[in-house]
This record gives sequence, C-alpha cells and structure tokens, in this order.
Amino acid sequence: MSDKPVTRRNFLYITTGTFTAAGAASLIWPFVDQMNPDASVKALASTEVDLRPIAPGQSITVLWRGKPVFIRRRTPEEISEAKAVSLDDLPDPQDDADRAINPEWLVMVGICTHLGCIPLGQKGEYNGWFCPCHGSHYDTSGRIRKGPAPTNLEIPDYVFLNDNTIKIG
Amino acid sequence: MSDNYVPKSAVGKWFNERLPLLDLIYGHLMPYPTPKNLNYFWTFGGILTFCLVTQIITGLVLAMHYVADADLAFASVEHIMRDVNYGWLLRYIHANGASLFFMAVYIHMARSMFYGSYKEPRELIWIIGVFIFLLMIATAFMGYVLPWGQMSFWGATVITNLFSAIPIVGESVTNWLWGGYAVGSPLLTRFFTLHYLMPFLIFALVILHVWALHVPGNNNPEGIDVVKGSQDTVPFHPHYVVKDLFALVVFLIIFAGFVFFVPNLLGHTDNYIQANPLQTPEHIVPEWYFLPFYAILRAVPDKLGGVILMVSAIAILAFLPWLDTSKVRSAKYRPLYKQFVWLFFANTIFLGYLGAQVADGLFLIMGRIATVYYFAHFIVILPLLGYIEKTKPLPKSLSEPVLTKEEKEMLASGVTT
Repeated sequence: MSDKPVTRRNFLYITTGTFTAAGAASLIWPFVDQMNPDASVKALASTEVDLRPIAPGQSITVLWRGKPVFIRRRTPEEISEAKAVSLDDLPDPQDDADRAINPEWLVMVGICTHLGCIPLGQKGEYNGWFCPCHGSHYDTSGRIRKGPAPTNLEIPDYVFLNDNTIKIG
Repeated sequence: MSDNYVPKSAVGKWFNERLPLLDLIYGHLMPYPTPKNLNYFWTFGGILTFCLVTQIITGLVLAMHYVADADLAFASVEHIMRDVNYGWLLRYIHANGASLFFMAVYIHMARSMFYGSYKEPRELIWIIGVFIFLLMIATAFMGYVLPWGQMSFWGATVITNLFSAIPIVGESVTNWLWGGYAVGSPLLTRFFTLHYLMPFLIFALVILHVWALHVPGNNNPEGIDVVKGSQDTVPFHPHYVVKDLFALVVFLIIFAGFVFFVPNLLGHTDNYIQANPLQTPEHIVPEWYFLPFYAILRAVPDKLGGVILMVSAIAILAFLPWLDTSKVRSAKYRPLYKQFVWLFFANTIFLGYLGAQVADGLFLIMGRIATVYYFAHFIVILPLLGYIEKTKPLPKSLSEPVLTKEEKEMLASGVTT
C-alpha cells in the first residue's frame, strides 16, 4: 500500500465511503429516538395533591408520570427515629432534613431502587418500608438500611403551594 | 441411495433444473450419513424444530385476536380464552409449548455437555446454539409480558430495571426502553413487535445451526470421529427419520397431557389478575425455566454485580469449547468429568429450586454456594480436568465396544461381517 502512489481513485473511494457512512449513521438517530418518552408522556409531568385528608401516621399513594409516589404524614416518633440515626450507619448517607422539606411530610417515589418493585409501608426491620421482591429494608426516612438496593428511595422535585397543597414535578 | 435427487415428474425436473431447492432439502434429509449408534438424546434437535414451528403457527393465529395496548391486552387474552373459537386450545398450546420448548432445549444442551458435542470441530454449532438460546430467553420473556397480568407487569418491571444498573446512562436507557418513566403501553407494544420478530430470527439461526452440523456430521455417544460413508454410518432416512418421529410422538403425548389436563400447572395464578402498577405481588417469580439464572441474580448483594453475574452465567456457555481442555469428547471415557458433569446438572437444578424460594437466611447462603459452584465448574474444574484426568482408551470404531471377543478376532483375521 505504502509504495503505491495516492491516486485520484483512492481519494474518490475514501470520500464516497466516508459520506455514505456519515449519512447512514445520521439516519440511525430517528430510529433510536422514536423509542424515547414522547410528547404526550412528557406532558403529564406534574401532579398537585391536597394534603388535608391525611391524618398523622397515614400514607397515601398518588401516580406521577406513571410512577407511584408515597406521601406520608409522619408521627413524632418516626421523625425523631429518622433524625436520631448516625450517618455512619447508612449505606447511602443522607440527612433526614435533606429528604423532607417539612419534617412532618415525607414525599418520595415509591419504587425500590433495586429492581423497581413497590415497597410495603411500615414493615421491615427499620419500621419504614420493606420490598418483598428481594428483601430491601428502608427506614422511616425512606433510606436504604439493609438488602440489595443501592440507594435511598428517590425524592421527587416538589413544592408546597400552600400549607395544604403540594405540587410534584 | 444416490446423493442427488432425481425428480420423477416432468414438473419436478423443470423446477429442479432452474432452482435445485429439492436437491438441497433431499441431501440434508435422506442420504445424509449419520453415526449408527445415536441414542434417544439425539432426537431433541427434531423435537425442538417441531416446537419452534408450533410456536410460530399458534402465535400467528393468537396475534389475530390479541391487542397490544395496556388498557386492552388483559381483556383481549380473556376474550381469546372465552369467546374465540378454540382460542383456549391455541393459547394453552402456545403457553405450554414455550415451557416444553425450554425442557427440550435444556435436555439438548445437557446432551452436548455430556457427550462433548461442542468440541473441535463443532465449536461453531455450539456457539450458534448459545445465540439461539439467548433469543429464546428474550422471546419467552417478552411473550410472558403480553397477557399484562400481575406477573407479566412486575416481571417486565424487574427485568427492564436491570438496565438501570448500568453506570451513568442506566436511567436514560431504561426510560428509552419504556418509552416513558415507568412500564406501560409503549413497552407492551414494542415487546409485542419484537416477540413477533424473534422467532423468525431463531428460525434463520436454526438453518445455520443445521448447516454447520452437516459439515462435520453428528457427534455420537462414543465421541469418536466416524468416517462418512463407512460401516459406522447409516443414511438419515429411514433410520433416524423413524427414530425421531417415534421420540416426537412420545413428546407429543406429554405435551397433550399438559395442554388438556394441567394447562396452568407451569404458570402462575397471579397472572390471571390484571396488571396493577400500584401493587407488587407478595412474591415475584419468573417462569420455571429462568429460575436458575434468577437465583444467581439474587445471590449477589449488589445490584450491578448481580446483573453482571446473571448475564455471565449465560455468556460463559459460548466459551465452553475452550474452557474444556480435554481432547476426549464423551463423558463415557472421562471417569472424573462424568461425575463432575452430573454434579453440575444437579447444582443447576438446585439453583432452580432456590430461585423459587424467598431469598432470605439459609436459602440465600445456599444460593451463594451454588452460584460459586456454577462458575467454578466452567473456570476451575473444566480447565484443570483436561490436565489431571486419566481418560479411558477410546474405541477405534463404533462397532468395537459392542462386538464380542470372537467377532473382534474374526474382524482381525480379515473376515467381513
């Protein structure tokens, strides 16, 4: 190859080949991207929830973007239990204050961070949530304590619109 | 019998001269020289082809009545069961057919392992087989999602969440797979499309599998090379056509037993409850044929680690021809391997048992031991055995092991039988 002189034909081969490859590659994207969440799915991005009917020690589950979101009005014992935990005991260290805007209200995505099952409330060794699929235990702040799940239950973006209403998303 | 097809009719002649298709099929099904000592474990290739065709035909007609939409799928399956003429029969054949397909493929793979059919010069046949197995797993998993019952939905959730274990891009990949932020209609529709496509890809690979097989010819229970056209081979037709058909009839009796008497034995009652994204069933279990791999996934206390190990458990099969360092094929002549291969089969079945239990306490510890043994078989035991095992002397021909002393002397003195 190296002893042969570079010809006009070599140049044509390489440029034709490069343009064909780049053209074909650019066409792959529409075929890949069509599988991503579409406009109608993205439009359902936020949910408002009225908190008034929930008594202390009660939880509700609402759907947000097709995912369950747990909203729990925690009892004073649960809050003090969550605050008392040393961060050194946590596989995914996070302070309870960083997980609840108002300590009385715990709002989190109710999907186990292991493989997506829905944990059962007020069960497990830490009196928080327990995932029946592969045995992950979460505490009263939804933090992973024991089992295969890698991280704490996810906290969605939410704001208090007033004292009784939150907007998730 | 001649190797070339000679059409008898004028139409046959006209066609074959222009496209020698009949010639090709004839050559592979009629005179194809086959070792004369193949046992019934060699009939599963034919049984598996039958399974694939059955699944394609029943699947095709089920697709005429099924609706791939999260709101309608469950009802459309019930509609098939209750309203469609013979819908119950077609669906039970398709559902139990999948289970029996896996039963047959596991026996077929165990046969190859026991008799060393994956060894030189048959490595590529084995590797194509591993790809067929992979496609079967994907097809069966996606098919199980389609009825949109509780097990369908949560099985899909758990398995698609495996991709979220990928570092950095995990979440984008799962959202891309789902076409949303959770399992729902977009996933169901694309699973249906792929479930329809994959059997045809399997069919194409089966053609390559058989083509690659017919180059060196079949292995045999003695695991020795046979000379094509010698006294050690017989034509495929009628010898193995009849043997395969007999085995198929026995297989069909078992198949019919499942379909007509216990059609739901291998299924799960939770899948007759419509999918509910707000409630996970108490105990999620995959179909029985995935249980050993599920046990491996759960044996690891780390998400990414569990996923990697489960995928490796299947991928390692592709490297089997090189992990096994022994030159002797059949376990008949490998006294140590014979014990270890049975231990491997028992361990895999034990993993399957563990996969169906709740992963806690003693079950979890046993699951870890069995997982370690599964991999040790491939990366420690098999490579070492080739060096330390003293194999038995191999026979010179397929006849030798079954001849009496007198017959051998007659052969040695030059008298032909």
